[in-house]
Amino acid sequence: MTSPVPLADAIAAHVHDGDTVALEGFTHLIPFAAAHEIARQGRRHLTLVRMTPDLVYDQLIGLGCADELVFSYGGNPGVGSLHRLRDAVENHWPHRLTVHEHSHAGLANAYSAGAARLPFAVLRGYHGTDLEEQRDIISRVTCPFTGEELAAVKAVNPDVTIIHAQLADRDGNVMLWGITGVQREAVLAAERAIVTVEEVVDEFPERTGAVILPNWVLAAVSVVPNGAWPSYAAGYSVRDNDFYQQWDAISRDRERFLAWAEENGLAPDSVGGPVEPKESTHV
Amino acid sequence: MSEWTSADMMNVAAARELHDGDVCLVGVGPPNLAANLARRTHAPGCRLVYESGAIDARPKKLPLSIGDDDLAATATAVVSVPEMFNFWVGAGRIDVGFLGAAQIDRYGNINTTVIGDHDNPKVRLPGAGGAPEIAAAAGRVIVIVKQSPRTFVERVDFVSSVGYGPTGRERMARGAGPTLVITDHGVLEPDPETNELTLTRLHQGVTVQQAVKATGWPLKVADDIEDVPPPSDEELTALQKLRNREAVDA
Repeated sequence: MTSPVPLADAIAAHVHDGDTVALEGFTHLIPFAAAHEIARQGRRHLTLVRMTPDLVYDQLIGLGCADELVFSYGGNPGVGSLHRLRDAVENHWPHRLTVHEHSHAGLANAYSAGAARLPFAVLRGYHGTDLEEQRDIISRVTCPFTGEELAAVKAVNPDVTIIHAQLADRDGNVMLWGITGVQREAVLAAERAIVTVEEVVDEFPERTGAVILPNWVLAAVSVVPNGAWPSYAAGYSVRDNDFYQQWDAISRDRERFLAWAEENGLAPDSVGGPVEPKESTHV
Repeated sequence: MSEWTSADMMNVAAARELHDGDVCLVGVGPPNLAANLARRTHAPGCRLVYESGAIDARPKKLPLSIGDDDLAATATAVVSVPEMFNFWVGAGRIDVGFLGAAQIDRYGNINTTVIGDHDNPKVRLPGAGGAPEIAAAAGRVIVIVKQSPRTFVERVDFVSSVGYGPTGRERMARGAGPTLVITDHGVLEPDPETNELTLTRLHQGVTVQQAVKATGWPLKVADDIEDVPPPSDEELTALQKLRNREAVDA
């Protein structure tokens, strides 16, 4: 991978029906534009993985793209509920959503194990919680050296991970900074990785704490300025907190949500085919 | 004296429990307000850690989310989420963890996952987030939650984060557990023998009877109930500025 490709091509080539897909970004750098492209192309039966489903998965769930969700905190930060997520779990609208709930520590470690291509990760966690009843993803192991009983979480290895970053260089290497969350682990855990970036530069600037991902671990890079909106990209945009607050009313009601999706070219295609990407879609 | 609400009192009482030098892990909602209030009033030297990775964050205005840019921009260090949970939270480097709850029982066990059956819930709540490991590993846990029989229940529908376990004696974790539960009525503390949450302090204008009525189990009441001093003008002004998201040099 060296030169950037249009986002629609990257999604068409690398995200398939039934895939396990992780769109990561902890509040910052959430790849919204890529999620909207997935919706536009009408992907179905996805298993969505993400620590904080946020508005981005609320939208994909409401649009019927997902059958399963692996997550650790499914709220609208500082605002309240994710209403489309709740409607799917509580009322099976638009269809039933099976959820697998981790703690942040558990899911972060599951990605780390996945990145290391280990079958599971060890942590001191979950003890005494009912989350442990999900034995297919959370179990216990005994330390062979001390005998201490510890939590084990099954590795997460997405078919495809998608992230948003600030920069790519001419060779397609990628650089991100600020709150970098679990993106490095999620990219390295995946079979394929797609990155959307704010811009391409000749040379990366010096930056403390930046994460750099070499081009040879990435399947595609697409240039999508403001591709994290209403999340943000430090140095390029600020978080659109107003939209996060407005989302509460948009998403609370099914009709209003569908109208919003329609207005923004994201409505599920009633005849079943993929929706053609629109040139001037500003969500 | 300015006017104040029971919610103001709850946030102020929580803020007062933080001291200079405390390393405090801050979550969204009331904990965020209380921790930032402490920094702007009596405890400017308390260290705020956000699970998004910001260590020693000094936000100029109240962050809406725990991943606001202001947190990273003002932090001493920004670490990845796996590092945050493994090297900082899990390793026991947090003195105080603030948690909220949708349901809490008399032994401080917390539900933030579902109301009703797990697989067919009446209400799907946001979920565990960072809380299970904060509840286990922080030196002490302060729960901030409004008191009502719907929230203070005989049995939680799901244990997302453990307090002292089903009978108060099953806690097997590094930290001291929920040493304070701060509500809009007063303060509950675990009984030193049984770990049962006991009403020990009341906010001004609240009666023991009201606190008992707001609890879904027969609430244990301490022999000597302390009065919580009402919010000072300084505390109320700082709280108002935070709520208005006014910037200050921090």
